Amino acid sequence: MALPERLQRTISTTSFRVAAITVAAYLAFAGLVVGFLLWQTNRVMTSQVLATLDGEAQQLRAEEQAGGTQALVRAVETRSSSGGPGLYFLGDARGTKLAGNLSRLPPEVAGSPTGGVFRYSPDIASAREHLAVAIPVKVGGGLMLIVGRDVEDQRRFASEMGTVYFLALGFLTLGGLVAGIAIGRVALRRIETINVAARSIMDGDLSRRIAVTGSGDEYDALALNLNAMLDRIEALMNGLREVSDNIAHDLKTPLTRLRNAAEAALRETGEDAYRVGLEHTIEKADELIKTFNSLLLVARLEAGALEGNAERFDIGRAVRDVAELYEPVAEERNMQLHVNVGSVPEFTGNRQLIVQAVVNLIENAIKYSGKRQQTDDALISIDLKDRADAVDIIVGDNGPGIAEEDRERVLKRFVRLEKSRTEPGTGLGLSLVQAVARLHGGSVRLEDNAPGLRVVLTLPRRPSEG
Amino acid sequence: MHVLVVEDDRETAQFLQKALKESGHAADLAEDGETGQSMAEQGVYDVLIVDRMLPRLDGLSMIRELRSRGVRTPVLILSALGEVDDRVKGLRAGGDDYLTKPYAYSELLARVEALTRRAVPEEQETRYVVDGLVLDRLSHRVTRDGEAIQLQPREYRLLEYLMKHAGQVVTRTMLLEHVWDYHFDPQTNVIDVHVSRLRAKIDKNFDKPLLHTVRGAGYTIRDGSA
Repeated sequence: MALPERLQRTISTTSFRVAAITVAAYLAFAGLVVGFLLWQTNRVMTSQVLATLDGEAQQLRAEEQAGGTQALVRAVETRSSSGGPGLYFLGDARGTKLAGNLSRLPPEVAGSPTGGVFRYSPDIASAREHLAVAIPVKVGGGLMLIVGRDVEDQRRFASEMGTVYFLALGFLTLGGLVAGIAIGRVALRRIETINVAARSIMDGDLSRRIAVTGSGDEYDALALNLNAMLDRIEALMNGLREVSDNIAHDLKTPLTRLRNAAEAALRETGEDAYRVGLEHTIEKADELIKTFNSLLLVARLEAGALEGNAERFDIGRAVRDVAELYEPVAEERNMQLHVNVGSVPEFTGNRQLIVQAVVNLIENAIKYSGKRQQTDDALISIDLKDRADAVDIIVGDNGPGIAEEDRERVLKRFVRLEKSRTEPGTGLGLSLVQAVARLHGGSVRLEDNAPGLRVVLTLPRRPSEG
Repeated sequence: MHVLVVEDDRETAQFLQKALKESGHAADLAEDGETGQSMAEQGVYDVLIVDRMLPRLDGLSMIRELRSRGVRTPVLILSALGEVDDRVKGLRAGGDDYLTKPYAYSELLARVEALTRRAVPEEQETRYVVDGLVLDRLSHRVTRDGEAIQLQPREYRLLEYLMKHAGQVVTRTMLLEHVWDYHFDPQTNVIDVHVSRLRAKIDKNFDKPLLHTVRGAGYTIRDGSA
């Protein structure tokens, strides 16, 4: 039978334990409150009874003073036969009963000057005893007077109250435990679905995700976070696969070219031909080094943190400086460079990396503006939008643009659209821009510039570090 | 020029020794940080080329140690780590320049030669002169054969850096680092465009060109066409 094991697992869950501890603490507190209430009720009732008894004693003493012993005996007899809760016993010095409805002198009261509690049987026929309270009253003539009260009703009331309280506590305990077990079960089931999903992911099904119930509770939040983490891992894994495929292409191609150049030079004769061949070889090797360096930088950015390398600088000025650096390049190619960038002095970030990202965007824009429809003038725009919580650096061109379905893909490492595979370049430019954006907690967006491409690099402001 | 190469990879070290010799410089080798440090302390070297990762004593500690003992020999740090913060760490330890592996030998040579020049207290020079070209560092005026040449601020700084290293090869990366303070590899010929603009201003109307392109390496300003 699986139930005991399941029960045991339920009991060992955190939610059950929390429920159990809560119930125990609640019960202890409730017990204290109930005990105090019972004690207090009892006290109030007792003092009420005693006050009544005192009043009666005074009345009887007044009768005695007015009419002597005879009057006292009469008064006691009258009261005894009234059928109320009052109890009386008047006896002589030897204890022989003169009047009253008590059959005998209760010894618990007789020996005590302040009175006491005793039991008596009101009905000879029944064996049931009632609880009563009585006090001795000082009277003259060597007589002995006891005035008391039947408190059986109160006693029964108190005992019933006690039972009710006890039952209530019992129900509360039971209810709390049941609720605890139920909560534990629910928690366990939710955790179990996460466990099942995790196990199947470990078994290699990387596309598997944890079910989200849509209730928006903590378990959903956990599931969503885990799923986001899994998405990132899967993206990284796919990225890695894509990178190795592309490395094969993008590094093998220049390596082959390098080898071809060297072989071609070997076949030539004459020092000049050797020199040209070797220079060609070195050029190819330099291209390879550049690709390697970019690849390493992107990899390190993706792994690294910004801390320690951030500085406060005028990002607007930095962008303008880069634009100024490239202005002659654009001019040489008959391209117009429109720069609309103000000053943003209090931006915190890694200046060198941001500059490099902007350089990559401008170099891309220059490269692709050259491929526009020949009817238009090549136009490159560099804008900076200073918003409250972030800075947008926008580089637009009027080149051929990128089809919407390809935009996501080109941000990945080494991805170069088929059309541009033959162009020079490492295929790492935009991945670097994205890595820099990510490092700063920002993002890169590719948009339609109609015509052309517009890249929006968003870099959030970081809280100032003093 | 006498160079000490502190590098634990024997093949790299021997390649450097041979290449430096062919460039007209004498080079000694040290294979670990401790040996490198004791050799450098003799004070006979004009420049030290130090790899960051060395056995026994790493490159940066070695440089720090040398600087604390008053050895002022210029140091070029070689490193496989190329990020900006690594560069900053290297320079903070007392290095004078930083080059990331793999590098082109022409780049290394240009930087080593630039370093040895820097050791001479020529920094305080107020005028740079190459043939008829004169750059006055106080008035920021440039003339050639007495004729004033108008330069943009950036062009002025470009020319100033080239003339400071007159006769030596200056690479594109060095220009990007020292004139623009950028540390990246541009994919376009951005430096060439700036240099050719400068060239148009200082050489165009004169018979003898002074600003030369060195194939596969960079640029140089010198008197004479060879």
